[in-house]
Amino acid sequence: MLEKLLSGPKTYYLWLLFLLCLIAGSGLVYLQQLREGLSLTGMSRDVSWGLYISQFTYFVGVAASAVMLVLPTYFHHYKKFRRMIIFGEFMAVAAVVMCALFIVVDLGQPQRMLNVMLHPAPSSVMFYDMLVLTGYLALNVVIGWTTLEAERLETEPPRWIKPLVYLSILWAFSIHTVTAFLYAGIPGRHYWLTAIMAARFLSSAFCSGPALLLLLLFLVRRLTGFDPGREAVKTLTTIIVYAMCVNVFFYLLELFTAFYSGIPGHSEPIALLFAGHGGHWVSRWMWAAAAMALLSLALLLPPSLREHRAILPAALALLVAATWIDKGLGLLIGGFTPNMFEEITLYTPTGSEITIALGVCAVGALVLSLLWKMALGVKKESRDFAG
Amino acid sequence: MNRRGFIKAAGLSAFALIGGAAPFDEALAGIAPGRYGRNEKALRAKRWGMVVKTREFRRPEDYAFLADVCRKEHNVPRIDGPQNVKWLWHDTFARVFPDAVNDYPDERTRSSVFPLLCNHCDNPPCVRVCPTGATYKTEDGIVAIDYHRCIGCRFCMAGCPYGARSFNFKDPRLFLPDPPPNPAFPTRMIGVVEKCNFCAERLAVGRMPACVEASDGRILFGDLEDPESGPRRALAANYSIRRKPSLGTRPGVYYII
Repeated sequence: MLEKLLSGPKTYYLWLLFLLCLIAGSGLVYLQQLREGLSLTGMSRDVSWGLYISQFTYFVGVAASAVMLVLPTYFHHYKKFRRMIIFGEFMAVAAVVMCALFIVVDLGQPQRMLNVMLHPAPSSVMFYDMLVLTGYLALNVVIGWTTLEAERLETEPPRWIKPLVYLSILWAFSIHTVTAFLYAGIPGRHYWLTAIMAARFLSSAFCSGPALLLLLLFLVRRLTGFDPGREAVKTLTTIIVYAMCVNVFFYLLELFTAFYSGIPGHSEPIALLFAGHGGHWVSRWMWAAAAMALLSLALLLPPSLREHRAILPAALALLVAATWIDKGLGLLIGGFTPNMFEEITLYTPTGSEITIALGVCAVGALVLSLLWKMALGVKKESRDFAG
Repeated sequence: MNRRGFIKAAGLSAFALIGGAAPFDEALAGIAPGRYGRNEKALRAKRWGMVVKTREFRRPEDYAFLADVCRKEHNVPRIDGPQNVKWLWHDTFARVFPDAVNDYPDERTRSSVFPLLCNHCDNPPCVRVCPTGATYKTEDGIVAIDYHRCIGCRFCMAGCPYGARSFNFKDPRLFLPDPPPNPAFPTRMIGVVEKCNFCAERLAVGRMPACVEASDGRILFGDLEDPESGPRRALAANYSIRRKPSLGTRPGVYYII
């Protein structure tokens, strides 16, 4: 199937070239970080995790969200998702690759990263996170490749793939649960020490991941004419709406416990995120996220609006932005401010940090582009492409 | 890991799967044997602990002096800004004991400062979260770091509720004189985490921790499991507190208030 990667319009090659330039450019910044250490970043003794780990967390969610296509297809025999399921699985592959890279660029001694396997520590959640992410990557590569190959040969996928698919459904829930456990089991970090963290992670992933998938598929539709199918888009949008409602509901539950109990430890991180002492920049972002979350729901809840061809992409973009700010910025800053001495240390990612993070995103985009190009090539041949 | 250690870890892992996680953490935290080579003069204890007689300290400079001693002993670099490295330092009561909220504290509590260092917890979250076993607990209760195994993931810094840990954002050797103040103690490399080690390297050769030695008896150090030890006698005779006791970490540093 790799031959599908070799032919394409000029825009395809230009896009790959652009990504490679971006990767090379940010690779140079990463080399500088290797030399000068994480002092290049905005992280500090008090805010010891930043943009890298928060992006890792966000993209574990994107990876897990493939299950929102796989589960209805295989558990409920919902046939309409069959055409686009491969795009979800391949997006999960790209997302896990990004997650791994975000961890690597965050390490102070990346050349020692195999110590996690050479000296396994079963008491550490990170050990399990490494296991479930590697497993999930392998599952999605094998399942995606095998089913696409079967489609190309116009046969049914082999029978042994079914148990792997069922396993991948459970596995998807596990990767984001374990990622939430990285945070939710730490004593003394008030914002994270909450049993609802894993549930909140999953709900936010199950709306933002499919939303991102749909946005990218709309782009692909415009570029190639591939149509994911009207009914499939409609169903997936409904799933997104439900997940977003649950996500907002879970956040409101956090707000209730934090502010009705009146316990400073619970309320202070949230108050700080939204009201920020001395005008922390993140407050503006958090308010924007809250506004965008509500606006996206207002646009997505009424069926007449969400089925509108122009309104749907806008609403999904608002949703992705809102959930990204919540998990990709607020989660880490809220966890580290105030610090262990109830003081406030501001964190702002530096240019180098943002560049390296963009480079990792470019690697993800490259993996995604190549995998999707392959899938589109097969779909075109097997005439499962439009209409 | 040697064969015996491997069998122990494997056994404990199996035990944890059957028996649940709570005793597992402590058991696992306890398996790493002391990695500081001890000579025949080594001081020994079941559980090392520290008692600070805070009433006998008058001024912030008293603690600053001890922090300097510690810096020289362990080649701790002096770096300005939020990416600094600290093993022993001091701060106000409200910051050291943020749980002990009091709207109307007495004059001494309001105006005094208190020392901060690693608590060498009985149930240390940093050891629990470390993905490589680079942070480990010795059999005598010291929480230590293997600087050669640390991958610099900083999970321990997120895990420590006491802000006791520092990450080497910059190359620490650039901020030390050459040769370093104490050539007998290793300097660290960039990208690893470090913190107070209760002077395990001094205990191993029969010497008390540097800050204890320099404190003229105002900081007591000894075996918390021995009722006749200096710290235990002081605790029996005075009211003392620990930092954030509600988190269940069981710190080994006590403050006589």
